[in-house]
Amino acid sequence: MRLSRPASGLLAAITAVVLALIYLPLLVVFVNSFSTSQNLVWPPPGFTLEWWAKAFQSDGALDAVLTSLQVALASTAVALVLGTLISLGLQRFEFFGRDAISLLVILPIALPGIVTGIALNNAFRTGLGVQLSILTLIIAHATFCIVTVFNNVIARLRRLGTSLEDASSDLGAGIWTTFRLVTFPQLRSALFAGGLLAFALSFDEIIVTTFTAGSTVKTLPLWILDNLFRPNQAPVVNVIAVVLVLVSIIPIYFAQRIAGAEKVVR
Amino acid sequence: MTVDAPAPPTRRAVVPQHHLTVARRGSVFLSRHPRLRLSLLLSAPLFWLGLVYIAALAALLITALWTVDSFTGQISQTWTLDNIAAVLTGSLYQTVTLRTLGVALLVTIIDIVIALPIAFYMAKVASPRAQRILVIAILMPLWASYLVKAYAWRSVLSQGGIFEWLVSPFGGHSPGYGLPATIITLSYLWLPYVILPIYAGLERVPDSLLEASGDLGGGTWATLRLVVLPMIWPAIIAGSIFSFSLSLGDYITVNIVGGANQMLGNLVYTNVGAANNLPLAAAIALIPILIIFAYLAAVRRTGALNNL
Repeated sequence: MRLSRPASGLLAAITAVVLALIYLPLLVVFVNSFSTSQNLVWPPPGFTLEWWAKAFQSDGALDAVLTSLQVALASTAVALVLGTLISLGLQRFEFFGRDAISLLVILPIALPGIVTGIALNNAFRTGLGVQLSILTLIIAHATFCIVTVFNNVIARLRRLGTSLEDASSDLGAGIWTTFRLVTFPQLRSALFAGGLLAFALSFDEIIVTTFTAGSTVKTLPLWILDNLFRPNQAPVVNVIAVVLVLVSIIPIYFAQRIAGAEKVVR
Repeated sequence: MTVDAPAPPTRRAVVPQHHLTVARRGSVFLSRHPRLRLSLLLSAPLFWLGLVYIAALAALLITALWTVDSFTGQISQTWTLDNIAAVLTGSLYQTVTLRTLGVALLVTIIDIVIALPIAFYMAKVASPRAQRILVIAILMPLWASYLVKAYAWRSVLSQGGIFEWLVSPFGGHSPGYGLPATIITLSYLWLPYVILPIYAGLERVPDSLLEASGDLGGGTWATLRLVVLPMIWPAIIAGSIFSFSLSLGDYITVNIVGGANQMLGNLVYTNVGAANNLPLAAAIALIPILIIFAYLAAVRRTGALNNL
């Protein structure tokens, strides 16, 4: 099959239009972060840097960013360990109930967040009798983050096969040495990609968070939900969204470079 | 959503000399007992998922069989099927279930239809450099907060918003707030989650297969339909799981742009919060759980669950 020129031109046009549509609302957010209108009227009546100054002085917003970073880092760390263990177990062994386990990993992301949220809330408070805190939040987030690590790592393991590991143990390396020097280096970029998705998932999660965070824990989405409908705060929320998108270029760029570099080697 | 490119180890690894250390003995013992190795690998994650998640879900489902004492507001553990019966027979629940299901299906179809040409362009037409930039362009909006994006659509679709401003010269109108706005916003929110797995699936289709099909006389459509589509079907289903289940449980977007419409998530939310009736909320939550299980069971054979 060879695509004709008009066909690939059409595809390029569709891609360009959809990308424009994807960025239109983000553009609105960007422009509104400078708007003098607090109710986000379009077109903006005038421009100001007031909201940018306010955003960087807002303690609530900065605290919320820090809390979200903590939660996302901790749950990503847990997800990386558990996701790697579970994918090694499922990919390197044949056993009864393997399908059930892979379904079990997918379930926390496949079931609606509100179901996960109220189930965990009920279990923490009435089942275990613990106070909701940042810890219960991390546990909840890690539970649905496992799947992104699992998917990336198991796809990588499937593609790698076991020949290098077999060679390593034939040459006398024990299982720790083989994992450290042979398996892990080959998993690194898959772990990075999975970890990045897990981080993003946790950082932006609002529904499960609503039900599992202690009342004193304010993650960024919770803070945004509190402030989005306040006229004085809505433009500040826009500023924070713009900053997040801009900052996100860095990890995404690195993930792409790692993946790209590996393709060249192949 | 997988990025897989095997990396051959580039450094020369020095394998340490063997002494019969504890680690070495453990390693020898473990390599002779694969079952033990397996259980060590799986015990921690299964402990976590089983104890934290499955136990919590089971407890929630049991709660659906209890009631709330109308005087104290406490859950009383008297067994009853009243909640389940109320959910099954109540016309409100039927309407809302159908509405939610319709929204989730439409969002999924819209996302797949939009994602297919873009993913194809990214994977098969664009130059490697353009490809990398496009992936970044698709990933970046994921980092703008979900709430901010939903709210941005609220402002785009509002009276006097940018949508009206753009289409009014052509005699168009903004759909305003309601189900269409909900569908647009949800499709927007989940689109990257659908594009990425389909793109990854298309990347795994070798170009040589497309050329072979062309050499054998297959036209563009025949090749797409008979060669490409069967190969990326699991990836499409994988993407659809995201958009379908994320839409099915959503209650925040519909609050922001949906006008007075309610979805299943709203019913659950009100019963947990304002109505303080966890048993009824749990009974309502059974509906999306059953729908998702049916969906997963239906798509399991396609191998989609390995392509998320």
